[in-house]
Amino acid sequence: MIEVQHISKTFQVSRRGAGFSEAFKALFHRQYECIKALDDISFRIEDGEMVGYIGPNGAGKSSTIKVLSGILTPDRGTCSINGRIPWKERTAHVNEIGVVFGQRSQLWWDVPVIDSFELLRDIYRVPRRLYDSNLEELVTLLKLEELVRTPARQLSLGQRMRCEIAASLLHSPKILFLDEPTIGLDAVSKIAVRDFILEQNRKHKTTVILTTHDMQDIETLTKRIILIGKGKILMDGSLEHIRKRFSATKKLTVEYRGKHIIPCDGMELCSSSNQIASFEINPDKLGVSDAIAHISSQVEVRDLSVESASIDKIVANLYQQYQI
Amino acid sequence: MGKINGIFRYQKYMSFFRMRFLAGLQYRAAAFAGVITQFAWGFMEILVFRAFYEVNPGAFPMTREALSSYIWLQQALLALFMTWFLENDIFHTITDGGIAYELCRPTDLYVMWFFRSMANRLSKAVLRCLPILIVAAFLPAPYGMRLPASPKAGLWFLITGLLGFLVVVAFCMLVYIATFYTYSPVGIRMVAISMVEFLSGSVVPLPFLPEGFRQLIELLPFASMQNVPFRIYSGDISGMEIYTRAGLQLFWYIALVWLGKRLTAAALKRVVIQGG
Repeated sequence: MIEVQHISKTFQVSRRGAGFSEAFKALFHRQYECIKALDDISFRIEDGEMVGYIGPNGAGKSSTIKVLSGILTPDRGTCSINGRIPWKERTAHVNEIGVVFGQRSQLWWDVPVIDSFELLRDIYRVPRRLYDSNLEELVTLLKLEELVRTPARQLSLGQRMRCEIAASLLHSPKILFLDEPTIGLDAVSKIAVRDFILEQNRKHKTTVILTTHDMQDIETLTKRIILIGKGKILMDGSLEHIRKRFSATKKLTVEYRGKHIIPCDGMELCSSSNQIASFEINPDKLGVSDAIAHISSQVEVRDLSVESASIDKIVANLYQQYQI
Repeated sequence: MGKINGIFRYQKYMSFFRMRFLAGLQYRAAAFAGVITQFAWGFMEILVFRAFYEVNPGAFPMTREALSSYIWLQQALLALFMTWFLENDIFHTITDGGIAYELCRPTDLYVMWFFRSMANRLSKAVLRCLPILIVAAFLPAPYGMRLPASPKAGLWFLITGLLGFLVVVAFCMLVYIATFYTYSPVGIRMVAISMVEFLSGSVVPLPFLPEGFRQLIELLPFASMQNVPFRIYSGDISGMEIYTRAGLQLFWYIALVWLGKRLTAAALKRVVIQGG
């Protein structure tokens, strides 16, 4: 169980304008600004939960992950993960967690991936039998047979990321922190990685905390979302809840034969061309079936589709609404 | 039980050592170039000292044989004892934030980097030392490399060589750790390296430095690096002096490690992982 209470962390950032004279001035008088990376963060995550941690760039996502994995000491606040304070009992704590930083590599550049894996086995002191069975499982699920014998520098980004994820799971961690695990991956690799994470959570009850900008990740993986902006937690709730609250509207697209469609109250015409029209429907005022009935009373409908607003759009709305 | 646990605790660092060692053995071309450079350098040094000797043999503080052995050992074991042999990878992990992963491991950062530096130096030395030592052994006297002055000198050469190596690594650890505090390692590297080059006897062996000044710097940690083993080898340091020098080496090793561990612990409390 992860329990975070009132964590705050401030960074000093030196700032200056562009140009020679500004740089020269900064030599003698440096201006620092305090940036509140984390501002009174509290949340609680149960064992086996999968949580999406989202927010715009610079919101404090990575800082939170660093605090939770014990490599950053907050200025204030407490945090207890399975009964331990990460930054105080770092060594004992990190034995139970796996971390993937999507933008960095933990594999040794010049040697085959399997050598890095064996080094990790020794570092975590994973018993031989457990290591073998974990390795076999990871190699099969992530399709690494060929890759593990290749030096890391010769792998493509997607191949390397699969190896990175495997490397973080060799010691069967109870908690997995994924900091942008699908960054830069192609569609096939993304789906492979997502399926794998789901499988891990289902089979081993691994708690997963995921930061990402890819809303597809959030949609397929997590039920719960924590939204952070400017270091503060703005919202913590289920994906469904957020969907209902922030994107009530549905999009209805019709292909029809006939004259123009005149929208009724509760629906709004978004676009219309070539006998195809799309409407935004506000379900508080108008049911979807009523809208369809209204349209088909005017024209002959040939094809029709109803969509909820995309999660990307919801999140963009959220960011806008909270002004972050 | 406690002891067995202790051994297991170091097993992970040994794996780390092995990994770095094997990785270091890959660079054959670099080793070949290194051997050539070190030969050229060694010959040049010997010729310079020959010129000194011919001007005033009475002012020469070491025998010429001892000096030649000193120079060839220095060239052969360059990778073990030169403080400028620093690992750029370690600087990079600090300055670009790759250290995040190293801190996610159940390991002691100081010990891990210490083993890593040792492995890196040893792998380089293994590739370079043999060709130099073999060729130097066949050079005519007084320019060649001789066997140790006595079996005892040989044994103490090995012991103080190991201690000197540990002092070098412990000192370099301080240079790495300083990067946590200054961000850009360039300044510290320049100052540390040029100072230590001179004070450790890698530019000129310490006996050639003026009296008074020499006694002072022989107490510094830098004189506990290559100065001690290379001079014991050829009998330039002998008798009871061997033990006091070895004792001083041990003292500096412990002191530098203590300081390094303290500074690491302090740095990690305020560490900022660079770059998001």
